[in-house]
Order: sequence, then C-alpha cells, then structure tokens
Amino acid sequence: MNALITISVLAVLVLYLGLYKANKALLPVTLLGLAVALFFTINHWNVFTGPTFNDMMSYDNFAVAFSGITITSTMLILLLSKGYFEKISDHVAEYYSIILFSLAGILVMVSYHNMTMLFIGIEIMSVSLYILAGIRKQDFASNEAALKYFLMGAFSTGFLLFGVALIYGAAHSFDLEAIKMHLETNLQTGQAISPLFYTGVVLMAVGMAFKVGAAPFHFWTPDVYEGSPSLITAFMSTVVKTAGFAAFLRLFATCFYPLHDFWMPVILVITIITLFAGNITALYQNNFKRMLAWSSISHAGYMLFAIVSLGSEASYGVFVYAIAYSAASIIAFAGLVLMQANTGSDSFDSFNGLGRKNPFLAFTLTVAMLSLAGIPLTAGFIGKFIMFSNALSSMHTWLVVLAVINAVISIFYYFRVIVAMYFKDAERAELEIPLNFKVVLAISVVATILIGIWPAFLPNVI
Amino acid sequence: MPFLGKSLVAKTVALVWSLLSLAVTARMVCCFNPDVITPQFGFDYWWIYPMGIKFKAGVDGISLLMVLLTNFLVPVIILATFKHTYKNAAAFYALILFMQSGMLVVFTALDAFLFYVGWEAALIPIYFICALWGGENRIRVNLKFFIYTMAGSLLMLIAIIYLAMQTPGKMYDIDAIYALDLDPQTQGWIFWAFFVAFAIKMPVFPFHTWQPDTYSSAPTAGTMLLSGIMLKMGVYGVIRWLIPVAPLGFAHWGQTAIVLSIIGIVYASLIAFTQKNSKRLIAYSSIAHVGLISAGIFAWNVQGLQGAMIQMLSHGINVIGLFFVCDIILDRLNTDKLEDLGGIAKNAPKFAIAFFVVLMGSVALPGTNGFIGEFLLLMGVYQYNLYAGIIAGLTIIFGAVYMLRMFQKMMLGVSNERTLVFKDISGSEYAVFVLIGILVIGIGVYPKPLMHLSEAAITNLVNVVNTKIQVVRF
Repeated sequence: MNALITISVLAVLVLYLGLYKANKALLPVTLLGLAVALFFTINHWNVFTGPTFNDMMSYDNFAVAFSGITITSTMLILLLSKGYFEKISDHVAEYYSIILFSLAGILVMVSYHNMTMLFIGIEIMSVSLYILAGIRKQDFASNEAALKYFLMGAFSTGFLLFGVALIYGAAHSFDLEAIKMHLETNLQTGQAISPLFYTGVVLMAVGMAFKVGAAPFHFWTPDVYEGSPSLITAFMSTVVKTAGFAAFLRLFATCFYPLHDFWMPVILVITIITLFAGNITALYQNNFKRMLAWSSISHAGYMLFAIVSLGSEASYGVFVYAIAYSAASIIAFAGLVLMQANTGSDSFDSFNGLGRKNPFLAFTLTVAMLSLAGIPLTAGFIGKFIMFSNALSSMHTWLVVLAVINAVISIFYYFRVIVAMYFKDAERAELEIPLNFKVVLAISVVATILIGIWPAFLPNVI
Repeated sequence: MPFLGKSLVAKTVALVWSLLSLAVTARMVCCFNPDVITPQFGFDYWWIYPMGIKFKAGVDGISLLMVLLTNFLVPVIILATFKHTYKNAAAFYALILFMQSGMLVVFTALDAFLFYVGWEAALIPIYFICALWGGENRIRVNLKFFIYTMAGSLLMLIAIIYLAMQTPGKMYDIDAIYALDLDPQTQGWIFWAFFVAFAIKMPVFPFHTWQPDTYSSAPTAGTMLLSGIMLKMGVYGVIRWLIPVAPLGFAHWGQTAIVLSIIGIVYASLIAFTQKNSKRLIAYSSIAHVGLISAGIFAWNVQGLQGAMIQMLSHGINVIGLFFVCDIILDRLNTDKLEDLGGIAKNAPKFAIAFFVVLMGSVALPGTNGFIGEFLLLMGVYQYNLYAGIIAGLTIIFGAVYMLRMFQKMMLGVSNERTLVFKDISGSEYAVFVLIGILVIGIGVYPKPLMHLSEAAITNLVNVVNTKIQVVRF
C-alpha cells in the first residue's frame, strides 16, 4: 500500500516540478521515488496476513513479486529516457507523471482482491496509456496509434465490465474469495451454476485477452506499438504486459479455478492461435520495431501456458518468464532507440555491421535475441522451460509440441538481427552510447545471463 | 574436471589452456579404475532445487573415452590453425574453448537437464565459428544447420521434461530416469524424440542434408570440431540416453534405426563417388562412417559397442587429419576441386606420406585404427543380422575406392602449374601429422588399453538394457 501511495504522490509531485520548470530534477526525483516504492514493496515480502481495506486489496507474495518486476522495469525504461522526451515534446513533466499514474494502476492490477479494483486498476493504466501513445501530437502515426488503442481498449473494457456485471448477477459479490466460494459450494452440492456466470467468464476472458494482446484480439498491437514513441512501446510491451498477465492469472488461476474444465478449452485455443499468429507474422517483417511487436504477441502465447497448465508452479512460471522477457525486451528497445536516434531507420538493414563498430551493443543485443528465442544459458530458456514443464505435467503434450514448432520458427527472425549485426558488412559510423544506456544494458544482460545460469536465486512466489 | 573459461589472448593461450585440460584428463585416465561400472570423479550438487535439477556429472568408461577424445583433439585442432591468421582471433579461440566446455558437459552429465544445456551450449559457439569465419553461403547454410539441430533438440527437450515428470520426485537425475518403467507405446514416442535429435547431429540418413553444405562452408577448424567431436555427441547420446532410457522403444524401433543407418552408408558412399570437391567428399565419407557406427550401436551387443567406441576415437582422429590435408591444399593452392590437383606427391613427399597414413586409417587397412573399429562394428552388426552385416561391410570396399581415387587425383599423376610449386609441410603442420600418425598406427596395433577402459561399463549397460527388454518379452 505504501508503494502505491508513494507512486501516486510522486506523480503529482512530478507535475509540480514541471510547472516550476525544474526539468533537470524530473528524472532523479522520479527514480528516487520509484526506488522508495520498490523498497516498500520488498518490505511486504512474506508478511501477508490476509486481504486488507475491506478485502479490496491483497498484498500477498504474488502481488509483491509482480509489483517488484513492474517497478524495476519502469525504472530501467525511465533511465533510458534521459534526453529522449525532450526531443519529441515540450511537456516533459507530463510524460513522467503519466507513466507514474499508469504504474499506479498497474500496482492495483497485480494486487486486487475485488473485481471493482481490477476494473479501476485497468482503467487507470489504460487511460494513461491512451495519452502516452498519442503524445507526439503532430505525428500522424502516433495519433493513429492513440485512437486505435483507445477504441479497441474501450471495447475490451466494455467486455470486461459486462463480464463482471454478469458474474455479480450470478454470485452476488465482487469479492474474489466469495466468488470462488460460490463456485465451490455449488459444485459440491450439485446445484447448477447460473448461465450468467459462464457468459461472464467468457466475456472476462475476451477482455483480458484484449489487454494482453492475445490472438485473435491482437490486431491493435502492431499498429499501436509501431506508432507510439519507442520508449512508450517498451513500457507497453514489458511492464503493461506483465501486469496484464498477473491480473489474468490471479483471476483465472485462483478465482475461476473450480470451473477450469469449462474455460480451459477457450484459453487453449487462444494460446495456440496467439503462438502461430505472432510468430508467423513476425517472420515476414522487415522492420525491427514491428518484428518486436509481433514477437511480443507470440510471447503472450507462451505466458498463456501458465494459465493453461495452472499447476502450483504457474505463477512462478509467469514470474520468471516476465523477468526474462522484460529484460530482453528492454535491451532490444534500447538498441532500437539508439539506432533510430543515430540512423533514423529501424529496418533490419540498419543493424548491418554493428558487430564490428559497437561490439558491446551488438553483444547485448545478441544475448537479448538468444534469450527471446529461448536458447539455453539465457533467462528466456529457463522461462520457456518452466512453462513447458508445467504444461507437460498437466498432460498438454500436444500444446508443447506446437509451442516447440513455434520456438523453432522464432529463431529465424531473431537470428536475422544477429546475422545483420555480425555477418553483413556495411559502411557505418560508430554509434555513440550514452552512459545511462550502458548501465541499463549491462544490468539487463547480467540479469538475463544470471537467471539463465542460476535461476534458483529468484524467490519462489508460491 | 576442466570446465573452461574464455581465453583473451589468442592462439598460444588457447593452446596452453587446452593442453592443460589434456593434462588433467591424462591424470584422470591414470587414476581411473576401469573395472568399476559406476561413474567416477563425480560430483552432485543441487542446481535448481525447486525443479529437481542437479548439477551432477561423472565419468565411467564410456564417458572417459569421449572426454579423452575431446581434450586430445581440441589442442590438435588449435595447433592445426597455427598457420592461419584469423581476424578477431581472440574471439575465435574463445569460442572453440567455450564449445569444448559445452561438449565436456554433454559427455559427463548425469542429469538430463544438464545434458541438454551442454548440448545447446556446444551448438551456439560452433554456429558463430562457422558463420563468422566461414566461406561462401555461410549465412544461409549455417542458419539451416542451426535450425535443423535446434528443432531436433527441442523435441528431445520435450521428451526429457516428460520423463522427468514421470519420475517420483520430478527429478532430472539419470538414475531416476533409468529407473522408470513406462509402457511400450510411450517409450516408442520417447525413442523417436531422442532419435531425431541424435540422428540430426550424427547425421543419419535422412537427416543429413545440412551436413555437406555446413562442412564445406565452415572454416577448417569448425569442420574439424563438427566432424571430429561434435557428431560424437549424437553417438554418445544414443548410448547413454536413447537406448537405456527407452529400452522397449528401442526393442520395437531399433531395426528401423539400423535400416536407416545402413541406407545412409550405401547412399553416402555412392554420392561420395561423384564428388568433385575434396571437402565434400570427406563430408559424405563421414556420413558413411557414422552410419556404420550407428548400425553397430543399434545392434546392441558388446562387440558392436566396443567397436563404436574405438571407431569414434579413430574417426575423430582420421577425419581431422583428412580435413587438415584439405585445408593445407586449399590454403596453398586456393582450390579444393579434385580436377585442379595432381602430382603433389612429387614436390611434397612428406605431405604425401602423412596423407597416406591418415588415408589408410580411414579406409580401415589392417594395422591401423580404422580397422579395429570397423572390424568390431561389422562383427556386431553381423551378429545381429547376416545380411545387414554384408551390406554394411560394403562401406569398407566403397571407402577404399573413393578415398584412393581422391588420393590418386590429388597426389599422383602429372603436376600442373599450380601444384608444381607446392611447398612441403613444416613446423606445426608437421607436429599435427606426427601426432595423428602415431595414433593411427598405435591404436591400430595395440588397442587393448583403450578397449579395457570402456569394457566394464559397456558390458554392464548392455546387460541392464537386455534384461529390461527380456522381462517384458517373457
């Protein structure tokens, strides 16, 4: 709770800093505030006694772990933003504060214990993101991204809210525990569960699939990701996606768990379509940013594995996968931002010959691509490994075989970057890498390799 | 156990480092007790406790021979590169050593997860070695190679995870997996998942299509690593994992595997006849040799397996010698087309003798290392089935024909303006050939110590698996 208050107050404080033209202080103050919030979050580890605030919020280890990842990722992304927002807009303080508001929404999303809090969290996050996507007011693509995101987002919120309402009609409560109890008692006593409830579950699944960009509700993702400023895209594809999955998992793996025979086939189909749609389309992209957008859809597919397999390790799986994916994506987006700033292009060809001129950047990008492709000794492999073993232990062998086919497909497009960097020569100037980029790249690479070699140091969420 | 780090200074450091690991291995061989069947020099720590993954490794007779092979061949390969100057040499040698450590993990791992990680860890460096320092078409060819092997190994990963999920404590420990008793149909699936991974690596027909392209486009050191050591990972995997883990699957599908291996022998030999390029010719001959090794293993008797062990060592030594010959010619004359060559022996007698010794080993002349291995292998296959033995035996005749034809076209005949100025071997080249020559003849004349190292382990493994199969049959 302290973390949430800190971040909300911080957002307002940052706005005032902007008002008094203290632009230099924005980044340090934000980072300091986030560090304090992170400290408060970690302090909550293992002190969970039960839901608080009239059972509205539940700060269990699950919430702490995911708050930890999202706050840390946000800090890394903001660290990259030094000098970035000044270039694309005059209203720098608004950036910081909107991102912070969005993060506040995310903290609610990962720790809700009541459907209303889920809705409020998602809305705080989404409304902030609509603004962030369109913050380059003069830019056509940015406007398109914002409008598209807003329309699609509004739709999905509608689905979600309708689902919540129907479930309330059937179970007479918004409380997760009460809804679960309702299901369990009805199943035990053999009473029929109202059809409203089933409809509600499906509608909520659709709404959540929209939010995490799972197929066939993913069509907004590539355009929004491409149109938004790159760092905002980084924020959306790492922090927001992680939070979406945390919320999704909490809802389905705990609250709707007794009904899993009903919704499992739905999620299974969504997973398979997501994997194939993301991967096969990513194969045909010539633009690095668009490739990342499509690959993020396929990663959503892998993360859905946790919801499909539901074992005791499910949240651990999403936890590790989210860290691995966030670290690798932050590296990829950092590389993208540098590339755009220096060459103005984000096609694969602009990476040609990078290996000779910028060995460090090329190395970090290579590690990131290997991790995204799930090659051993990187965090991405451990994430995939946990997902696969969960799915196999709940006997979804064919799902894993399909996932493996996708993992092989993904090697094609991830390796295009590596091939361009090392094996294709081009006349190019050395990119200048600012210190803050070096720090973020180094932290992410170390995290990726460390988790790849010794994943046991991550705390077990359950 | 020499799990190596990276070398920052180039050749010499790499050579010294690899010699150090060879010295450690030599000490291991001295302390090794060949009559004990359980793994020795082992260690066993928890690696990822919540997932039942251990860092468990150790060597028995089978592993020891493979470790010996790896740690002997890597210095030889590094020595063989001494006359080259690679751009960015530090990275090149670091990758070789990194790959060596991956392969050592594969050969010693006693935990399925560790085995898989080593398996992949060996693949990434060789991809970069081949794709960064390779010849024409290297990008396309190596991506094919990488994706091919990756697809195979991911199937294996599914099988490994599946097996671990069936064990009582969800353990990846090899003993826990050996102790499993699954129904025959499941074992059939497991068999194929492992078989495809190993067959791609070896490669066994029809999974070989990546191999000739990759061998011929890779830099010579890469080709040597691939053919000399890396393909043995597949063979070793069959012995250590495939057959003991899925004995019933093996009982049912082993015959198919032998047939595929034998088809591979004949097919690769026939293609080798028509090759005009020496590197590709050796690549196909390597497919034929490995086909025989794999047939000998799937025959699953002590002779066949002993033959496979010896032949793996011999093949590693011989094929490195052959590729080194190609490399020297390519380096001096800038061609590896057979039609451009001829009459080299006149100008470079030492080189011709060295080549001839290696060639004799490769075509299995009695008294050379190749003979011991192939003889035992054929005996193993013959025990399994007479006709299989006869067809597999063709490999010796075929091999003699295309290899001698290659020798004749390269070394004998009339010199042309290219080959007239051929310089004879010297320095490090000389050292490499002397080492290889000693082993070709040494193992050929007195193979007993090596065979003794692996005998107990192999006999035990054969008995264990055969008991498991028989229990079900009766």
